[in-house]
Amino acid sequence: MTLALFLEQLLNGVQLGLTLFLMAAGLTLVFGVMGLINLAHGALYMTGAFVCATVAGATGSFWIGLGAGALAAAAAGAVVEVAVIRRLYARDHLDQVLATFALILIFSEGARLIFGDRPLWLDIPAALSGTLALPGGAQYPLYRLAIIGIGLGLAGGLWWLINRTRIGMQIRAGEADREMIAALGVDIRRLYTLVFALGAGLAGLAGALVGALQSVQVGMGEPVLILAFVVIVIGGIGSVKGALAGAVLVGVIDTMGRVFLPATFGLFMAPAEATATGSALASMLIYLVMALVLALKPKGLFPADA
Amino acid sequence: MAEPVLSLRGLSKSFGALKATDDVSLDLRAGEIHALIGPNGAGKSTLIGQIAGTIRADAGEVWLAGREITGHSVAARARAGLARSFQVSSLAMEIPARVNVRLAAQGRAGGSYRLWGSAARDAALAAAADAALVRVGLSARADIPVAELSHGERRLAEMACALALAPRAFLLDEPMAGLGGEGTARLTDLLADLRHEAPILLVEHDMDAVFRLADRISVLVYGRVILTGTPDEIRASQAVREAYLGEEA
Amino acid sequence: MREALVNFALIALLPLVALGAQAAGETYVVTLAAKAAILALAGVGLNLALGVGGMVSLGHAAFFGIGGYAAGIAAHHVFAGTPVIGWPVTLEATDQMPLIWLAGVLAAGLAAAAIGAVSLRTQGVHFIMITLAFAQMVYYLGVSWKTYGGEDGLPIYLRNQFPGLDTGDGMQFFALAYACLLAGVALVWQVARSRFGQALAMARMNEARLAASGISPYPVRLVGFVLSGMVVALAGALFADLNGFAGPSMLSWHRSGEIMVLVILGGVGRLCGPLAGAMLFVALETLLGGLTDRWQLFLGLVLLGVVLFARGGLMGMLAGRARHG
Repeated sequence: MTLALFLEQLLNGVQLGLTLFLMAAGLTLVFGVMGLINLAHGALYMTGAFVCATVAGATGSFWIGLGAGALAAAAAGAVVEVAVIRRLYARDHLDQVLATFALILIFSEGARLIFGDRPLWLDIPAALSGTLALPGGAQYPLYRLAIIGIGLGLAGGLWWLINRTRIGMQIRAGEADREMIAALGVDIRRLYTLVFALGAGLAGLAGALVGALQSVQVGMGEPVLILAFVVIVIGGIGSVKGALAGAVLVGVIDTMGRVFLPATFGLFMAPAEATATGSALASMLIYLVMALVLALKPKGLFPADA
Repeated sequence: MAEPVLSLRGLSKSFGALKATDDVSLDLRAGEIHALIGPNGAGKSTLIGQIAGTIRADAGEVWLAGREITGHSVAARARAGLARSFQVSSLAMEIPARVNVRLAAQGRAGGSYRLWGSAARDAALAAAADAALVRVGLSARADIPVAELSHGERRLAEMACALALAPRAFLLDEPMAGLGGEGTARLTDLLADLRHEAPILLVEHDMDAVFRLADRISVLVYGRVILTGTPDEIRASQAVREAYLGEEA
Repeated sequence: MREALVNFALIALLPLVALGAQAAGETYVVTLAAKAAILALAGVGLNLALGVGGMVSLGHAAFFGIGGYAAGIAAHHVFAGTPVIGWPVTLEATDQMPLIWLAGVLAAGLAAAAIGAVSLRTQGVHFIMITLAFAQMVYYLGVSWKTYGGEDGLPIYLRNQFPGLDTGDGMQFFALAYACLLAGVALVWQVARSRFGQALAMARMNEARLAASGISPYPVRLVGFVLSGMVVALAGALFADLNGFAGPSMLSWHRSGEIMVLVILGGVGRLCGPLAGAMLFVALETLLGGLTDRWQLFLGLVLLGVVLFARGGLMGMLAGRARHG
């Protein structure tokens, strides 16, 4: 293993982690504040990617597309919250699971109706199409570094929003005590719509950013959604700090596992077998980590109520 | 003197800097009602949790009928013979009291992993549940969902669940709470009678009931037992007056 | 008892549909009836965890798929004439369904014990997310298991055999699936009324009461979860033989969602709810799917409507509100 390869994969892992964070932050906030489990969060991620690809294709500007994608996902989130989600806050988790599963079906088929059956492609903006030399000699894509930068920036922004603003104070109060915040005269329905739209916007942004690295297609949000769940379980539900730590951990472990496990098995196995066993194990690795964390700390690494 | 049925030895529990219970020791002897009183915040809830097994003690031991149960789970303590009632009635609301009570009888009888047969048609379980319901006087109302029972009836249903466990000791957490005069009188009579089957550790706010029922009273203040004695001794104690009764007068 | 009548009608309806279709020469409908019976069996199994035990598992596709792979792997080796295991002991493949079912059900039971042991340490939203995540892990295992087709899965060229039946015949295969469904319904009915079932139901209704009754909730839930997974695995094995295919799609979390949807469409916690739900599901899929490729859009809308406005599901409409006790 060379230093260059290691650094490259580490950065890939951090990049994956920060995209997961953008997904997980919304999920964990929505759970923390409203007590809702939202399976349709991946559909909002997909919405962001589709709108970004379409708008970027029409205007020729990735950045306009990115903004449009995030805004469209936030708007879709607000509409869904008002039409469906707000009826679910008082329901049990089973109803929430089913209703948001229904939303997935509706969003997926809706996307096929609007955008067609074929995947869309989104080009990396010209300004970020270059590479940067890493210590050790590897060339690393600027675009992935930009995703890392945007992810870190948004994590900081989210911290500021939650800890330093009036809305953030209301969100924190909402997590602690729902009746209290209503008694304080905060319009709780508006706050809930806002939190849901914020989470949706972050998911849409993540989808749009990742859309330039892979194809934009129906169902793209669901594997990410499940990874985001793993992130939340590991980090501790309801905790944004936990979501960030869990996301980077999951991103790095998953990426490193996929590269280095087959190589490790190759030291004492035939190459074909090593690749098969190593990649099978690598794809299961983060779930095993999740099981380990649960065995040691059932509430996750950074439980919100600690 | 005979060995106590339930014995707490040096139970302590801190939440951060707050000592909720501090070296609490007390005995529950055969045939007695031992009341535990104390002002709000004295640590009664924490102590109950430590006895029932929902709160892990930092230090100290709990013994039941000569066996240490300190590390036991809630269910294991119930199987060992400790029946508890909850401050807020904790029953399955959508099913009748009889089914709730029958499950307690089942916990006592065992066989909860039996996949054959019908629990509802099990004569032994039915008889045990019946006996407990008759004892608390709830037979006539035992077949409607608990949700439709009055508050007082739910208290009685909960007592029937405790009885169906055929326990060695009762741990009752404010059984009189929220009951009217008639309900309190009914429950007072029941408890006065029950103590001969198994002794009762009674945590209660209703001082009339406590002084009428209790053979001995322990006073818990700031997590410590400041005095254990007969009702007369407690009434006469200056320390108790200052720490507790004075506050209410 | 209105619910008993509705149950009886539902149980009688499915073979009548199959027989009628057979008489009319509509063999495709016989296959659909078999599909409904198999999906209903999966729903009946999930309902033991979900309806009786209150465990909202989004991971039952793992058990469905394990059952399916048992059938697929057996057929694969029989077709190729190779043993399932060559070393250290030789285990020859079989095409006999009873043995395949036994293997699949036991394997799923072990997987359910492992997944349940970890997941049941948590509750609520955690439990949902963790069962979903573990099922996804099994999915990736299936995808990366190149010996058994990897992403493409395993074709079953020749349906596995059942003593005394010609499983290749649509009607006989339906009869087999239907018999399994009846056995599953009877099993869940019996488990629910047993002492164990009473304890499992109390774990859903009031965990503190269960513990105060001297019964530890965790192992009760775990046994319920394992039993539930085993029933679902049997459905998976039948499903693979019905479709002539076992693959990762059987393990996907959409499958978990679908099985849950059947249960809810029918009415959660109702003995024959999954049967009603599965018949409705297959009917919707066939009728709407014949009209438009976008039939899942309508499924989503129907599901949303049921969750928001008709919480008893189909059984709630047919047989009135659920009775408990």
